Amino acid sequence: MRTIRRRLVPYGLLAPGAIWLLLFFVVPMYYMGEMALRSGALETGGFRFTWEWANFPDALEGRGELITRTFFYTVTATVLALLIAYPLAYAIAIKVSRRWRLLLLFAVIAPFFTTYLVRTIAWKTILADPSPMVDFLKTVGIVPENGRVLATPGAVIAGLTYTFLPFMILPIYASLERIDLSLIEAAKDLYASARQAFLRVTLPLTMPGIVAGVLLTFIPAFGDYVNATVLGGPNQAMIGNKIQSLYLVERDYPEAAAFSFLMMAAVLVMVLIYIRAAGTEAFMGEEDEGR
Amino acid sequence: MGAWKWLRERALNIYAGLAIAYMLIPIVVIAVFSFAETPRDRMNFAINYGFTLEYWQNAFAVQELNDAMLTSLKLAALSTVISTVIGTLMALALVRYRFFGRRASNLLIVLPMAAPEIVIGAALLSMFVIYSVSLGFTTLLIAHVMFSISFVVVVVRSRLIGFDRSIEEAAADLGATPFETFRFVTLPLLWPGVMAGALLAFALSIDDFVISNFNSGTTVTFPLYVYGAALRGIPIQVLVLATMLFIVTVAAIVFVLWQQRRAERMVQAQA
Repeated sequence: MRTIRRRLVPYGLLAPGAIWLLLFFVVPMYYMGEMALRSGALETGGFRFTWEWANFPDALEGRGELITRTFFYTVTATVLALLIAYPLAYAIAIKVSRRWRLLLLFAVIAPFFTTYLVRTIAWKTILADPSPMVDFLKTVGIVPENGRVLATPGAVIAGLTYTFLPFMILPIYASLERIDLSLIEAAKDLYASARQAFLRVTLPLTMPGIVAGVLLTFIPAFGDYVNATVLGGPNQAMIGNKIQSLYLVERDYPEAAAFSFLMMAAVLVMVLIYIRAAGTEAFMGEEDEGR
Repeated sequence: MGAWKWLRERALNIYAGLAIAYMLIPIVVIAVFSFAETPRDRMNFAINYGFTLEYWQNAFAVQELNDAMLTSLKLAALSTVISTVIGTLMALALVRYRFFGRRASNLLIVLPMAAPEIVIGAALLSMFVIYSVSLGFTTLLIAHVMFSISFVVVVVRSRLIGFDRSIEEAAADLGATPFETFRFVTLPLLWPGVMAGALLAFALSIDDFVISNFNSGTTVTFPLYVYGAALRGIPIQVLVLATMLFIVTVAAIVFVLWQQRRAERMVQAQA
């Protein structure tokens, strides 16, 4: 009797959360799929389930440019975030003293404590024309004399990079911090140059962090529409903008659901390919937790 | 050549400094411009304004903004309590027990973190539309608890993994009941992790725009208010409240870190 009760304990602990996630995450995914196969119109009695597979090609039709653009912005932002994050994480984890480390880590997560939307709008005002920042960029020659920054692909990409940078830095930092520094010493004792030691020892050891960081940046950036709305113009719209307006403005729920469904599927496929290629499953949190 | 060498040695630190500056610019700008005398009292970051305390003194002068902030605080508080309790229980189950379905549970927890927010919001809205659920505070609460649970589990779990169980066994040996052991030994040691999870849940909730935008109906939270106001011009009070929120969160984090240190010292002292 006692052993049965003991066996049931984990299920009891798990139940409230698991039920919540099933009801409000898994089941809604099913309904999104179901909605994607409906047809009709709000005005004529709503949408009915009719196996309307045509919604899927309809969702993609004429949106090739939108999709390529979203893909291009997201990949660029992810690469930029990686280029900014790795040296920064390296400096924090390995170069600086303990006191500085805490302070810098704090600076890295500080953006989380101001509302994401207010931050993005702050960027919009910082990059408005005219503004001291844009004048500076013009003086340095990054922006042409008669050019502007807002409503350009650059502004949206910079915004995406900024928004998701902490998600890139933190996992890379965590993996760098775990490195046993004596391994790098050993490599150097064995006559590896600083460059070789980095490429052969440090970089491979931090791959799990890079993989996690890339995923945590790429996935939310791919679905983001706040940066494109605030910092971009109509020509910088991303998939998220279209899904949002299909749902909330045009209220064409079936087409909107079909589009989101395809987006989710695309993200999943890309993630799986990437994880395969990078050869790690660290992201799944499946590594054995000891004990 | 001397200058070149100097630069090479410090290149990494300079690069890191610039990256940090990039991350902090908007935050500094928000705080600084909450003190700027701005024409028409609407957000505008031109540089030649005088200093004023006017907006801090009248921080709560915009009624709609206050209402939105109150809604956000209420929502965040409720969603934090619910998701922290539920998430802590899940973390306990996952770390302490081996059971059938453990891998599936892990997957169930990771997936919401791996799905783009817009898909989560869209899926929930699809379900609510199909069942004609009226959107508002309740649907927001459902959504916020949903996306917070996974993060609470991850944070609390990382704390539990490093947990020395011999202390619990000692308590049991000394005649404590399982409940007493949990209440007086496990919980105090777990507390900093639970607090960290709660803090994260609170920050996620009060910051959320995308999922809320799909499931709010006519209810307006702080981020939704800002989004709506962006079209007409944002009152400076938004900058003031955002700065206040920043200060309060930072203070809370310092407090949690301090508690964590204390708990660690307690464990060391006992060992």
